[in-house]
Amino acid sequence: MNECRTTLLEVSDVSKHFGGIYALNAASLEIQTGEVHALIGPNGAGKTTLIHVLSGTMLPDAGRVVFAGKDLVRRQMHERVALGLARSYQITNLFPRLTVLDNVTLAVQGRVRDWGSSFSFWRPFSVDSAIISEAYDFLGQVALTGVAGRRAGQLSHGEQRCLEVALVLATKPKLLLLDEPMAGMGPEESARMVELIESLARRVTMLLVEHDMDAVFRLADRISVLVSGSVIATGEPAAIRADSEVRRAYLGDIE
Amino acid sequence: MGLYESSKRRRVAAAITLASLLALPWLITALDQGFYISFASRVLIFALAATSLNLVIGFGGMISFGHAAFFGTGAYCVAVLAESGIVSAALAWPLTMALTALLALLIGAISLRTRGVYFIMITLAFAQMVFYLVVSLKAWGGDDGLSLVRRSIFGGLDLKDDTTFYFVVLAILALVLVALDRLAHSRFGRVIQSIRENETRMEALGYPVFAYKLVCFVIGGALAGLAGALLVNQSGLASPNLLHWMQSGTLMVMIVLGGVGSVYGGVVGAVLLLLGEEILAEWVPHWPIGLGVLLLAVVLWAPLGIAGLFGWGRSRE
Amino acid sequence: MTQLILEQALNGLQFGLMLFLLAAGLTLVFGIMDMINLAHGSLYMAGAYLAAAATQASNSFVVGIGAAMLATAILGALLEITLLRRLYARNHLAQVLATFALILIANEAVRMIWGAQPVPLNAPDALSGPVNIAGFFYPAYRLLIIGVGALVAVLLYVLVTHTRLGMWVRAGASNREMTEALGINVRLLFTIVFAFGAALCALAGAMLGPLLAVQAGMGESILILAFVVIVIGGIGSIRGALVGSLLVGIVDTLGRAALPSLLSLFLSPEVASNFGPALASVLIYLLMAAILFWRPEGLFPARA
Repeated sequence: MNECRTTLLEVSDVSKHFGGIYALNAASLEIQTGEVHALIGPNGAGKTTLIHVLSGTMLPDAGRVVFAGKDLVRRQMHERVALGLARSYQITNLFPRLTVLDNVTLAVQGRVRDWGSSFSFWRPFSVDSAIISEAYDFLGQVALTGVAGRRAGQLSHGEQRCLEVALVLATKPKLLLLDEPMAGMGPEESARMVELIESLARRVTMLLVEHDMDAVFRLADRISVLVSGSVIATGEPAAIRADSEVRRAYLGDIE
Repeated sequence: MGLYESSKRRRVAAAITLASLLALPWLITALDQGFYISFASRVLIFALAATSLNLVIGFGGMISFGHAAFFGTGAYCVAVLAESGIVSAALAWPLTMALTALLALLIGAISLRTRGVYFIMITLAFAQMVFYLVVSLKAWGGDDGLSLVRRSIFGGLDLKDDTTFYFVVLAILALVLVALDRLAHSRFGRVIQSIRENETRMEALGYPVFAYKLVCFVIGGALAGLAGALLVNQSGLASPNLLHWMQSGTLMVMIVLGGVGSVYGGVVGAVLLLLGEEILAEWVPHWPIGLGVLLLAVVLWAPLGIAGLFGWGRSRE
Repeated sequence: MTQLILEQALNGLQFGLMLFLLAAGLTLVFGIMDMINLAHGSLYMAGAYLAAAATQASNSFVVGIGAAMLATAILGALLEITLLRRLYARNHLAQVLATFALILIANEAVRMIWGAQPVPLNAPDALSGPVNIAGFFYPAYRLLIIGVGALVAVLLYVLVTHTRLGMWVRAGASNREMTEALGINVRLLFTIVFAFGAALCALAGAMLGPLLAVQAGMGESILILAFVVIVIGGIGSIRGALVGSLLVGIVDTLGRAALPSLLSLFLSPEVASNFGPALASVLIYLLMAAILFWRPEGLFPARA
């Protein structure tokens, strides 16, 4: 972890309020290329709002978001994805009536920089064998090859969470926003997800928003703590664990 | 519904239908029922109009309630061009499609900024705007509509002959259906169907959803314009009724009867409705009540359409 | 000229207020139930026919209106309980189709009962003449419509903003799940809102009956105007419905009256007389398009 690092995402002084309540209050965050960065914080700290601001579904009232040297604030969601910033969803958000394979091929096909646009009206998709075989690769990475022909809606909860990750991976992001990937999972499924994220950690930069502290401390290179809309601390897991302000504001709640 | 898959069975059925439609004029002549050739053309034209709406609603998931605007504009465009001496189909019909595509681009660009019930109401309102605009123009006949001074000339074929016209309509419909079948299985077709399934997720996968929806809407508008161009040739009159919101509703009824999101849904629905009307309207007093009840029953108990009931619509899950 | 403009402005106000009676019920149904209901115009038509029948039977316009409102409210409640309730959970296409079917049935049923010809509905004789307001003459009946419309608008505003029922309705329009979580009987609330909206429709139908023709299909043209109102005002917002109604009523009426002569100021008379009416007839739709372009959620979005 000692090689020279570059900043991939820089969030500076981002604020967002609803009525009189500040969901984000001058929040700042910096993510470096290659790291797994966890964002933790008590309920209502503004994690969801920050995800919205980063992925492009909400405009911040103030502040800057710079990703790979480009200002993001005014860009639409699909433009951000094209730049390499993709998100997963906390509540499973798939194409339940499509097959598992179709779900992933859509994600692969969407990468305009690799395949060109999808404004192709005549040529059957079934001859795009490169896209299909790449989709199988991603299914392999999340161990879902065996259910490729099933409808996504028929998968178990854990399998759907894995498919969710495969969809984001298939967009080949530079930064992966994982919004509570372990939400609603049993211990066995969680363990599988932790393994999956660990296997990806070498290849993709990640911002992991998660409540499962065991998973966070096991996976994260660095952790930022969001409390009442502001980031009160950022550091390596050991430092965060020892930080008295963090303990008082947050960890103290649980322990 | 998942992504559309055309089964072999359905293609065979389509081929058989096409063959019998090719033979239909001889049958009608043999039975000495010449009037019905023109009626058959009318049914096929409505099938084309309904198919164009099915592309927008069934595949694109955009519940447009203003499709009559494009259908009617197509009819008026050909009538106006004919008045100024342009009767060549090779010129008038593409011009008509270009114009209705442009209209769809304008209406779509504003309407598609909204969703859900908003979109339904706005497309309806824009269609109503076109209706009032056309009716208020005295030069275009106002409430009476605009008569077609001369049927289009299609290459060497004079469409004045009902049978020739029927074959031209049939050929166009068959081409459009083949193209729609191709489209449904193309990259673009997968994208619009998936937008129908989960729009937010498509955006999150990096698709510029608005652009795809708009293109789909514009293609639908252009095809509806083509249907209008054919219809005015069939009936000889560009009537304000073609622009009326009831017309939009009727086209919607057709695709719901025939099967939403199925390539042949529009055709099945148009045949069922127009044939049903032709046969039943004479026997059943107050036919609209019967149609209304039938429609309610289909919506409540047969969401796959009447065709779906018999298993010849789209495959069940 | 001032006389004419004033008169047309009042006509616009009168039309706008009647439009509001329709739009108010419709916007609540859209907002609370996320349901598109095309049959709202049929309730307006039913109200007009029932008012005509009841007025003829009782020889009293007031009794006629009261009876029509009551009967239409019951009709609306029955419709909600037997059919529309089953559509809330369905997609918008199913809702459009089912309520389109209701329009077909309603229009034909009316033709069956009352025939294809328009049915006469006359305002009381006492109101048939003009009244003199400081040298300005205006039809008494239209003035009555303005009075009734304004009164209902105020009552509705108080009802929605200051009563418990209104609070639930507003809560339902902005967040349905939350309303259910608060233990409010949403099913009953829906039925009440629907019946109430139906009664307002009937009032509008009965009041406008003497001015427009009471005939099959009368509900649809006004329904589409009510849609424009709701799109402009923002779905689920009573305030939006009021502002939108007045805007549409006044712009439409004034446009039709003034635009042709206004255009003739700088266009040739022939062009002006051709394009004046055409432009006037699409004015409100252009207004709608412009508002949508800047504010896709309407002027007063109920859902923040």
